[in-house]
Amino acid sequence: MTEADNEENKIIKPDFSDPELFCTALPKEVPRMNNIIQKFYDWAQANSLWLLAFGTGCGSIEMRPLYTARYDISRFGIAPRPTPRQSNLFIISGYVSVKTLKRIIRSYEQMQNPKFVIGLGSCTINGGMYWDSYNTINRLDHYIPVDVYVAGCMPRPEALIAGFDELKKRIKEGRGEGANEYAKNFAWYKANQKKIIKDWDMPDYNW
Amino acid sequence: MKELIERLRSKFNAKNVKEQRKNFVFITVAKKDLEGCVLYLKEFEGYGHLTLLTALDWIEKDQFELVYHLHNYSNKTDVSVKTFIDRKNPTMVSINNLWAGARVYEREIKELFGIDFPGCPRVNDPFALEGWQEIPPMRKDFDTKKYSEETYFPRPGRYTKDNVAQMEEQLYPVEAEVKNGIAKTVRKK
Repeated sequence: MTEADNEENKIIKPDFSDPELFCTALPKEVPRMNNIIQKFYDWAQANSLWLLAFGTGCGSIEMRPLYTARYDISRFGIAPRPTPRQSNLFIISGYVSVKTLKRIIRSYEQMQNPKFVIGLGSCTINGGMYWDSYNTINRLDHYIPVDVYVAGCMPRPEALIAGFDELKKRIKEGRGEGANEYAKNFAWYKANQKKIIKDWDMPDYNW
Repeated sequence: MKELIERLRSKFNAKNVKEQRKNFVFITVAKKDLEGCVLYLKEFEGYGHLTLLTALDWIEKDQFELVYHLHNYSNKTDVSVKTFIDRKNPTMVSINNLWAGARVYEREIKELFGIDFPGCPRVNDPFALEGWQEIPPMRKDFDTKKYSEETYFPRPGRYTKDNVAQMEEQLYPVEAEVKNGIAKTVRKK
């Protein structure tokens, strides 16, 4: 190997504690107001779900028909968005390998509050058919807070629409508090994430 | 096909020749002959397509087996060239100069079996397992269930139900009782 190759392959590790390059602030809990304005917010948020179109596993095949004329999630007020900065609903569709989990955490932390997560398929609940695999996680709710699980392998688009209904009901009842839960139990979630992501090469909070 | 096998026998001392079908044959060559054999098949016999390159773990023989599967487009025949390498400190000569596609296979085998291919570009980069610290997971002595239970927080409540036992209990309870009772007494003795 020549010297030029060595120069190319050198991994530059940035200083993640540098406040000029990275945000070092941790997520903050936003307390609920418990008045009629909060109820209005909940109602408005339930009807304004913007979905992050990030297919992590085989379940993303079931998400594509939702955007078409046949199932048409636009009639429920849900629209797919290409980037996490614009969306507040994250569908973890299917098995999550350790490599994917790293990207999921980065995407989830970049989403704006309030944010909601739907775990789609058996693999997110207890590992599904990959329950004894060396590279897929078993329980998604140990790494990011999950609002609604949709069981099945794979669930049909109708089941996913039922999951959206359930999520809307939860948000209107004031139980869609995933972002606050994440901020509250941040240390526990980070410890679980760092337990399996051995090459942690990103800041602790990727906002 | 017969003439090809005779040529491989005389040139590369091919052993364990097994004609799976009339257009598909397995041969085994020694480790030092493998690159020459594959190169000969590619350049002189028209086997220009590397269909796959994979590895098998024979832990009881203390050996790894590498399989190079080649295809000939002109007469629609396949040759699978196998070779055995030592399991301790496994190293194999890289064929990425013959097929560029072999780089992906070699990188994958390096990650999942720990077989080294010196000279193959980016062979040490992680492929799917980023930051893996255990022994390579496709080796037979890696216990994937134990690793998963220790690492990934298994959700309690998972159980399996044997179909035969369930059918016996629900449809033939008396017979099942007799059978299990006999088994129990026999086992006690």
